[in-house]
Amino acid sequence: MTIQLFGSHALKTEISDSQFYHNQFFSKNESESTNSFPENKTVYKLKNSNLQVKGLNVYIQKNHILKDVNLEIPDKKITCIIGPSGCGKSTLLKTFNRLIDDTEGVKTEGEILIDGVNIFDKNTEITSIRKKMGLLSQRPCPLPMSIYDNIAYGCKIHGIHGKKRLNVIVEEQLKAVGLWNEVKDRLNAPATKLSIGQQQRLCLARGLAVEPEFILADEATSALDPISSKHIEELFVELKHEYAIILVTHTLRQALRIADHVVFMYLGEVIEEGPADEVFNNPKQELTRKYLEGAFS
Amino acid sequence: MLTITIASILLVVIIGLGLYLKSVPILEQKSMWQLISSSEWRPSNGEFGFLPFIAGTLWVTALSIILALPVALLTALYLTEHSKPSVKKWVFPALDILAGLPSVIYGVWGILLIVPIISEKLAPGFVEYSTGYTTLAGGIVLAIMILPLLISLFIEIFSAVPTELREASLSLGATKWQTSKLIILRKTMPGIFAAITLAVSRAFGETIAVLMVCGNIPEIPHTLFDSCYPLPALIANNYGEMLSIPLYESALMFAAFLLFIVVVFFNTSSRVILYQIDKKFR
Amino acid sequence: MEHKFLEEKIAKVLMIAATSLVFIIVADILFTILQKGLPAINWDMITKTPEGGYYNGGGGGVLNAIVGSLYIVLGSAFLGLLVSIPVVFYLNVYLTKNSRLAYIARLAFDVMFGIPSIVYGAFAFTIMIYLGMRTSLGGGILVITLLIIPIFIRSMDEVARQLPGDLLDATYALGATKLETIKVVLRQIAPGIATATLLSVGRAIGDAAGVMFTAGFTDSIPTSLDQPAATLPLSVFFQLSSPLAEVQDRAYASALILTIIVLFISILGRLITNRFSKHKI
Repeated sequence: MTIQLFGSHALKTEISDSQFYHNQFFSKNESESTNSFPENKTVYKLKNSNLQVKGLNVYIQKNHILKDVNLEIPDKKITCIIGPSGCGKSTLLKTFNRLIDDTEGVKTEGEILIDGVNIFDKNTEITSIRKKMGLLSQRPCPLPMSIYDNIAYGCKIHGIHGKKRLNVIVEEQLKAVGLWNEVKDRLNAPATKLSIGQQQRLCLARGLAVEPEFILADEATSALDPISSKHIEELFVELKHEYAIILVTHTLRQALRIADHVVFMYLGEVIEEGPADEVFNNPKQELTRKYLEGAFS
Repeated sequence: MLTITIASILLVVIIGLGLYLKSVPILEQKSMWQLISSSEWRPSNGEFGFLPFIAGTLWVTALSIILALPVALLTALYLTEHSKPSVKKWVFPALDILAGLPSVIYGVWGILLIVPIISEKLAPGFVEYSTGYTTLAGGIVLAIMILPLLISLFIEIFSAVPTELREASLSLGATKWQTSKLIILRKTMPGIFAAITLAVSRAFGETIAVLMVCGNIPEIPHTLFDSCYPLPALIANNYGEMLSIPLYESALMFAAFLLFIVVVFFNTSSRVILYQIDKKFR
Repeated sequence: MEHKFLEEKIAKVLMIAATSLVFIIVADILFTILQKGLPAINWDMITKTPEGGYYNGGGGGVLNAIVGSLYIVLGSAFLGLLVSIPVVFYLNVYLTKNSRLAYIARLAFDVMFGIPSIVYGAFAFTIMIYLGMRTSLGGGILVITLLIIPIFIRSMDEVARQLPGDLLDATYALGATKLETIKVVLRQIAPGIATATLLSVGRAIGDAAGVMFTAGFTDSIPTSLDQPAATLPLSVFFQLSSPLAEVQDRAYASALILTIIVLFISILGRLITNRFSKHKI
């Protein structure tokens, strides 16, 4: 790698880190091929998910926030959307699950096709679209209820009520995010009593409980301490085998660590996108090169 | 400036003290318990049972909350969560007007509209005859008077819920109403209680409007179609004869003192709760 | 799965119904007052005091009540401002935001805000007896002042609290004394004072329970503080109690006059807040 970032020494450390992660999980996979998932976990996705963005333009109160975005998000990979602050990354994410609808003065043009269905179509049922997209926000946002109820909430709003079934789902998702052992004795405690890292994992489990196809993460680790961040990143690397993960990140290092696919945005436009290796090693655009060199952030 | 501030704070204490002191004569005659539990009200015989008035106040206040609460909750939810911002522009002025109307106007309207409706349309379904000047009329008028207070408090409380919470719920695929019902209401429960407490406090003391439609008969109401005689109406109607009958003045001051205690209690508890919630959010 | 959409639809209908209900009620009240009051209103009502036999169908108007209410409200507003402005300044300039005294003071004022006017009336009545006053203009002013002081303090305090702390810091940094800072704060919250005054006046003019046994009632316009004063709300109330239809009609007209005055004050208040909130930070 020939990118100049904070001096070559730091760069070597960067690579080592990412190698470290990859080695951890890839080798684990190779040696325990079918046991790479925790026990009792059912594989939900039997098909491939598809997210295509075509000619997307978003205006908020007459400001042109997203300009002619064309993207295809690959399945079963971690896609990192990088770019300086204010470039529209979060807006793009919020448009994917149409949370943007609630903003005042919003106007959208273009199409976003999820599994072939245009989410802007008048006939599309918005709650079913949102069910496919799990959202993890920047600040962990536990619902004002117990740990158990937080996870069960998603199931209940979609009509799943049986106590036994809910118990299974709750346990499964908590195990999937590695929280089970920490909270199994206090499932009825308020979720707000958890540490912030645990809360974020809880939010992830909550999102997984509705069986999404995509996980949208909006700077999901920026509010966390380094150890919790690492936990979440490890989870993403693990979960990408099942879901398409779209991670908006402010820190280049995070993208370097875990991205498979990269989208670089600047001022509302997609400047460059492609597999991580390509974009980081051979950026085609001048702006991309400048950003990667740390000229602006 | 300090003295004025302290004096103003002490005013509350002074008012309470003053009313209490004026009630002492009747408290010397009969115990507090006797006064509150007896329903015989014959001042010229020296009998002062406050139970009918306390009962009347409770009935009318409870009724007003029962009627106003669902309307206020639904309206506040609609305005904060489900409507276009332009709707607010119309409703807020309407609420302001409602809040600012003098109570005598409500009384006039009550007499013109509510009382006849009760007497002619509602009562025949339930009782033999009713003048319309009933507990129900008092409850309805009072409910409308506390609506603006409840609605504006609820709007304030609901608006304070962080957007992320709504977004989290919506992202899971919940409908807006599910979010309102399961998340917003749940999160704002303490605030809702505090608001209701404040509204109760306001309803307790409302005098003129209720007086004009409630019938003013000093008996415990047994149905909604009976007349009632709330405490504030008692004081307002009889201040003229206060000085002519012994102990009457003291009795009425005692009624005022009762009102004072209840209102101060409800007010303080609700404000304290609201302050605590406020602190948590900031 | 289906029923969650059904629930959503039903909920929406209920919510719209509730909001419309509020609207309809306001409209109905205003309409009723207009409908009943308009036919009976004429220049006499506003310009004359009750002539002999007014309550039995004779001539005259409610000028006594209009002027009486005006006197009481102006007097109380003046006294109220006199007391409230220093208090608000003390709370916001001299005390720190988190001081215990400020908390207790605000709590006390909130409580006072919630005390019903009838209790103030009863209290003022006892004071008047103690001082040997009879029901009079002075008594009415006393009660209404007590009633509106908490309203003043609360609204002005709310405006003052929203002042950015930097403003005060900036003035202190320039070496201003506390007194000079007050002038700066005064200019900032002047619109707040105006709206608070309007709010209080609107509330004061509509109050009946407080003035009932303190201001008394009379058919003439008071010329000194110890003469009884009539007030509009009581005037409506007494006229309404008459068995004569003509007098009742005049009650409606008086109610209409009162409503118009209150609405006017309310609109004025709104205009001032809107005009000045453009400059708000």
